[in-house]
Amino acid sequence: MKNTYIGSRPGLLAKKLVSLLLQGMVLAAVLGVAYILFATTQENLEIRGIESGFAFLWREAGLPIGDSLIEYDPSRSYGYAFLVGVLNTLLVSALAIVFATILGVMVGVARVSNNWLLAKCAAIYVETLRNLPLLLTLFFVYSVVLASLPHPREAIVLAEGYFLSKRGVYLPRPVAEEGFGIFVAAVCIALLLAVIFWRWAGAYKRRTGTSVPGFWGGLAIFGTLATLAYLASNSPIGSELPVYKGFNFKGGLALKPEFAALLIGLILYTAAFIGENVRSGIQSVQAGQIEAANALGVSRGVVTRLVLLPQALRVTIPATTNDYASLVKNSSLAVAIGYPDMVSIGGTIIGQNGQAIEIIAMWMAVYLTINLIISLVMNVLNARVQVVER
Amino acid sequence: MRSSAKFAAMTAVMLAGTSPTLAGTLEDVRAAGELACGVSEGVPGFSNANSEGIWEGLDADVCRAVAAAVLGDAGAVRFVPLASKQKVLAVSSGQVDLTSRTTTWTMKRDGAEGVDFTAVVYYDGQGFMISADAGISSATELNDVTVCLTTGTTTELNMTDFARANNLTMEAVVFEGKREAVEAYASGRCDALTTDSSQLAAFRTGFADPSAHVILPEVISKEPLAPLVAHGDNQWKDVVTWVVYGLIEAEELGVTQANVADMAANSGNPSIQRMLGSSGDTGGLVGLGSTWMVDVLSAVGNYGEIYERNLTATLGLERGLNAQWTAGGLLYAMPIR
Repeated sequence: MKNTYIGSRPGLLAKKLVSLLLQGMVLAAVLGVAYILFATTQENLEIRGIESGFAFLWREAGLPIGDSLIEYDPSRSYGYAFLVGVLNTLLVSALAIVFATILGVMVGVARVSNNWLLAKCAAIYVETLRNLPLLLTLFFVYSVVLASLPHPREAIVLAEGYFLSKRGVYLPRPVAEEGFGIFVAAVCIALLLAVIFWRWAGAYKRRTGTSVPGFWGGLAIFGTLATLAYLASNSPIGSELPVYKGFNFKGGLALKPEFAALLIGLILYTAAFIGENVRSGIQSVQAGQIEAANALGVSRGVVTRLVLLPQALRVTIPATTNDYASLVKNSSLAVAIGYPDMVSIGGTIIGQNGQAIEIIAMWMAVYLTINLIISLVMNVLNARVQVVER
Repeated sequence: MRSSAKFAAMTAVMLAGTSPTLAGTLEDVRAAGELACGVSEGVPGFSNANSEGIWEGLDADVCRAVAAAVLGDAGAVRFVPLASKQKVLAVSSGQVDLTSRTTTWTMKRDGAEGVDFTAVVYYDGQGFMISADAGISSATELNDVTVCLTTGTTTELNMTDFARANNLTMEAVVFEGKREAVEAYASGRCDALTTDSSQLAAFRTGFADPSAHVILPEVISKEPLAPLVAHGDNQWKDVVTWVVYGLIEAEELGVTQANVADMAANSGNPSIQRMLGSSGDTGGLVGLGSTWMVDVLSAVGNYGEIYERNLTATLGLERGLNAQWTAGGLLYAMPIR
């Protein structure tokens, strides 16, 4: 026994060494191949007389961008123009994720509803949207949006300062006026008080067993105080109305048809997938649990909130993480309907500059970063809803 | 040891596989028996597949002329439709042998994007089209307009330059494809459409009521359109350049598709004799056969015939700048001798 024990040590060590050595060699091979690819690419670019490097990012862009979140004009740099595209991608993805989730949950719940008509409508929606290429959905939404709206000269006036036309929706832009600072401070205090009340209600219920409507009470506190503050500070928010002049509306906030079509298309498409995730989540909860809760006389809302949802989420969240990532990647189809997202603007930069490798690397880096962040957030959320096994 | 030997072998393969094969496009095309020619995804008059799938247009005929000169067969062309932003990259990376696709000759493309331009086949300029009932007669009145255009071209740069120089505000809606941009304009999303004037004329013919749209008189840029080849293959560049000059020279000398055979046999004009290979061997100077221009002209005709067939007959475009230098235009072929 003793001999074997001593003898096995160097054997084990050798095994470990061999394994380390092999892993090191594989790693070196991968790095080596990557380096060779990089070097030959550089060499080929040089032979073909194609410029490389990122110096172009500081050069003047000179390209037009129709829809930008930040101040932009063509004398800005390529790097800045690309940033405008990244922000547009982020905006449309973030909004689409929020609304697709809301719609998706509604569709998923409708799918398992006892109401025959509702369930069938949801099923038809899911099967149609899920089985059509997103590009077709986008073209369809865009042409329907454009075809159904009037020329800006004959814009539909929704209310004073609200116009709907082929140029998109124009709204009054909120402008801060005198007393705005005080108003904001007051609103913050109102929010704080509302949250304190909500938390107190929860604690009170745990202590005494008597239920106090914490959420609605808090909301009422916030609403009342905020309205009072608005009146007291003498209407601190003004508005800049859009005006039709020459060919187009000037001033105000604009929601362009390209943005709207992309957003609607992404929401409709992704909600179909999320709806299926929600349905599978709900159906994964054993019917016996719901029946048991009902038998105890627990109200329907509480059953949904405390029995059904926490368990359904365990199945729903991992699948939905994938759909969020797909949604972000799908937003690159913006280029087909003229929305200036990162891919559209990057494509223009390639056309003007010819430096495709750099731009494609930047696209990949941005998409990778966004999706890794989504994945991280969803994993944290997932960890919180999973069963903690003791 | 074995794995390191494998690694070395793999390295060799990768190096060989990625080594540039730039020189010798002429030999490559002869070996393949076919010319890979980059064209547009559909611009009437320049390169556009007809209802039978046959590519028509001035740019497509330039591809055929090069194939006829190199392979003796104008049909040996593989047309590769390229999106605007691919047109330079496809040729610099060797995906196509030649791009003949309404591409503007600019210093940046020539100098820093790995391509060489050959000879100008069409002198164009960017213009604006707007609905006739807008009551606009000059591009300098285009303030606060929304303009539809396509990405990946010099069009965007020209438009913003023009707007900045004239203190105009123009809002751009930039599309990936020409068709989407034209449709968005037609549906009223934009007030104006901007691209090369020749293409505006081409697209206008496709509208339900062409007379409801006007092309404004201002030409805001110089757009010399030329076929392009990969940078560094001088022989191939010479071949394409001289085929284009041959087409132009043939018009100047009056050699047509109909009379080329007769001219080759009987013409007493030394310039014609040299060009058609009846005396001397001009084709041999760039690595082609001596009857290179006979093959080209009997296949597609001279420049004037190509222009008439593709641009005048269908789109009603005048010769304008694209007339021979002897007729007040800019076409001036270098002497073939």
